[in-house]
Amino acid sequence: MVVASTAVDLARVQFAMTSLYHFLFVPLTLGLAPLVAVMQTLWYRSGDEAWLRLTRFFGTLLLINFAIGVATGLVQEFQFGMNWSIYSEYVGDVFGAPLAIEGLAAFFLEATFLGLWIFGWNRLSRGVHLATIWLVALGTWLSALFIMVANSWMQRPVGSTVTDGRAELTSVWELLTNRFAIWAIAHVILVGLTTAAMVIFGVSCWHLLRRRNMDLFRRAAKLSLIVAVPVSAVNLALGSHLGVVVTEYQPMKIAATEALWDTEQPASFSIFQIGGFSVDDQTPSFDIEIPRLLSFLATGSFSGEVQGMNRLQSEYEQRYGRGENYIPPVRTTYWSMRIMAYVGTLIFLVAALGAFLYWRGRLDRTRWFLWLGVFSIALPWVSALAGWVLTEVGRQPWIVFGLLKTADANSPSVTPWTIGLSIGVLATLYLALAVVDFVLMRRYATVDPPEPVGEGGEEALPAAGY
Amino acid sequence: MDLQIFWFCLIGLLWAGYFLLEGFDFGVGMLLPFLPRDERERGVMFETIGPVWDGNEVWLVVAGAATFAAFPAWYATMFSGFYLALLLVLFFLIIRVVSFEWREKSESPVWREIWMWANTVGSFGAALIWGIGLSSLLYGVPINSDGDFTGNLLDLFRPYTVAAGVAVVLLFAFHGATFLTRRTTGDLCERAAAAARRLAIPAAAVATLALVWTVVVAVDRNDKDLFPPLLPAALGIAALAFAVYFIFARRSGAAFTMTALGTVLFVATLFTSLYPRVMVSSTDFANSLTIDSASSSHYALAVMTVVALVITPLVLLYQGWTYYVFRHRLGGDEHAADPVELVARKTGA
Repeated sequence: MVVASTAVDLARVQFAMTSLYHFLFVPLTLGLAPLVAVMQTLWYRSGDEAWLRLTRFFGTLLLINFAIGVATGLVQEFQFGMNWSIYSEYVGDVFGAPLAIEGLAAFFLEATFLGLWIFGWNRLSRGVHLATIWLVALGTWLSALFIMVANSWMQRPVGSTVTDGRAELTSVWELLTNRFAIWAIAHVILVGLTTAAMVIFGVSCWHLLRRRNMDLFRRAAKLSLIVAVPVSAVNLALGSHLGVVVTEYQPMKIAATEALWDTEQPASFSIFQIGGFSVDDQTPSFDIEIPRLLSFLATGSFSGEVQGMNRLQSEYEQRYGRGENYIPPVRTTYWSMRIMAYVGTLIFLVAALGAFLYWRGRLDRTRWFLWLGVFSIALPWVSALAGWVLTEVGRQPWIVFGLLKTADANSPSVTPWTIGLSIGVLATLYLALAVVDFVLMRRYATVDPPEPVGEGGEEALPAAGY
Repeated sequence: MDLQIFWFCLIGLLWAGYFLLEGFDFGVGMLLPFLPRDERERGVMFETIGPVWDGNEVWLVVAGAATFAAFPAWYATMFSGFYLALLLVLFFLIIRVVSFEWREKSESPVWREIWMWANTVGSFGAALIWGIGLSSLLYGVPINSDGDFTGNLLDLFRPYTVAAGVAVVLLFAFHGATFLTRRTTGDLCERAAAAARRLAIPAAAVATLALVWTVVVAVDRNDKDLFPPLLPAALGIAALAFAVYFIFARRSGAAFTMTALGTVLFVATLFTSLYPRVMVSSTDFANSLTIDSASSSHYALAVMTVVALVITPLVLLYQGWTYYVFRHRLGGDEHAADPVELVARKTGA
């Protein structure tokens, strides 16, 4: 880890740590809540007990995951004010609104109806009980929506003006219909669905390997593939389109991501390169390129012009002030984008191959592939976390693009020692939680799904009690 | 009415809702090591709040986010200023949140003991710090002319604020005990009632002290007249006196109503005493943050007011319905079978 000596560096380390950690749990909740709801709906409509057992089985994983997501979410809300008080005061008028609305419209919904779902198996009618899990899913999606609205405003501040040294909301409609936000919301929800589908698929593969509960996990695998194949494919296209949107509003982020120092038309896409990541070393010593592909990815046309960092730097100096470096860390953005995209592609390939094997009826016999499925559980996280690194690091040196710099936004009253202490406390706590969470998830992902007790599931066990 | 006043009241209301609802969750958590005779009874106690605690905690999350959105300068100064206190709160809340879900994921007695204590310690700690933190807003902390906090953690610990913190802990324990008398049956219910009787007088006495002290601090340090702060304080004291009476008169429903009222009026007294300031500066009274100096623009407040007026009634409706669904007392034979044990037995895990 970089040795960070100043308060702002430490605050950044803490934010990176807590946010990436929080996002270990968010995408699984985003995807698993609706998929468990789908399973329960299949049971509700067909009366087929297999779907009830799967609902319970994956519902337990959802709950273990949800608990830690709630716990780490608290840190997310508090730390804006704790570590970034100047930022908070500057943006509260605009950025605070989606956060407050998220709490009112989304958190109450998911928390309340999750309680009803967990404890309501024998108290609510089947229809009402089914509605509760769908409302939980709705709550998680609404939450993602408002968070992405808030984050997208940091990427592209719309619907606001700066008055007396702070941003003020001028149009909530513009805030909500930020082009950046619309694509980012869709992207993050598809990431959630992909993650959950790959988890369901990987867990199913593991049970198929053990050759137990074959019928049950063949169904789960089928459901997960029906989701994973199209969703991961659409997400690749969508992520690529998000690149076009970014190019329009944050050309520097794209230039840095592509390690493109000089403006090119048409621009080629670098698949892999060594060197060429700093101002003093602008030419890679080795690279593999595909002609014209970057033009297409960034502008949507194979002959489009893509601006380089050198030109953008001088433009930004004129617009935002001289003597500043407006180039984000090039190596980090370059590789985070590639990890995101390459692993994203790999996810699609695994899912597509899985679907092919399933279609040919060979899935349960192809053991090497089942093992691949198990280990592919990790892939969505690698891709998603790399995506966040790209989004946030690529915006630097800005915390709110074009308005406020990260270096000017931390809390003046908080000393490096204090932040260091809190990093120590949270890192220790998070590590312990991660170990427990991993052990619990593994344990409950590998047990046999419980048989419902009694007839038709009426007397069945709760999905999990507290 | 000014939108600033509306949002100040709404944030006060959110805190009151949080204290009212999470108050008995915390109280149940505090009583976990003392009331139950066995693991089954512990499970029953967990289950009395199991379906609702998460929704109750959202009141805090929304209070925080509403402060961020409506009074950014308040949020910025309070959260950066109370840094270490809030770090502690986060620690307490996190270990408590995960304890609900994780405790019964294993049958090992040590494991269950650990997470029970996590819940208890988390409940005690969070209640204490919220009491100290909220009363510090009124008592005053060092704030310079830029509106930045210039003190340290110890500036939050004053005789008055510590008294308020202890009052909140006792109040929640009492409130939790009266809650359990309404939600359990049999022997456990009787022990909850006994605990409530033991807690009643200390809780009411310390809370009365804290309420009177709050009014004194409001007059002394926040330039307030005796009225209006005296009104919620007097009503709060009366409610707690009635709570004591009802618990000894074995009227648990009335007692719970009164502890609920007392908790809400405790928050109401703090916020009434604070208005129109949101954080008093002990460095120079003129540096205090007020609802006007700390607030967002009129447009932002107006947008959020519309959203709040549409959504809040819905939230109250479905949260209220949850309490209706889970109104049955717990502790009878239906809970003799622990679901996890059943699962484990079935699967041989």
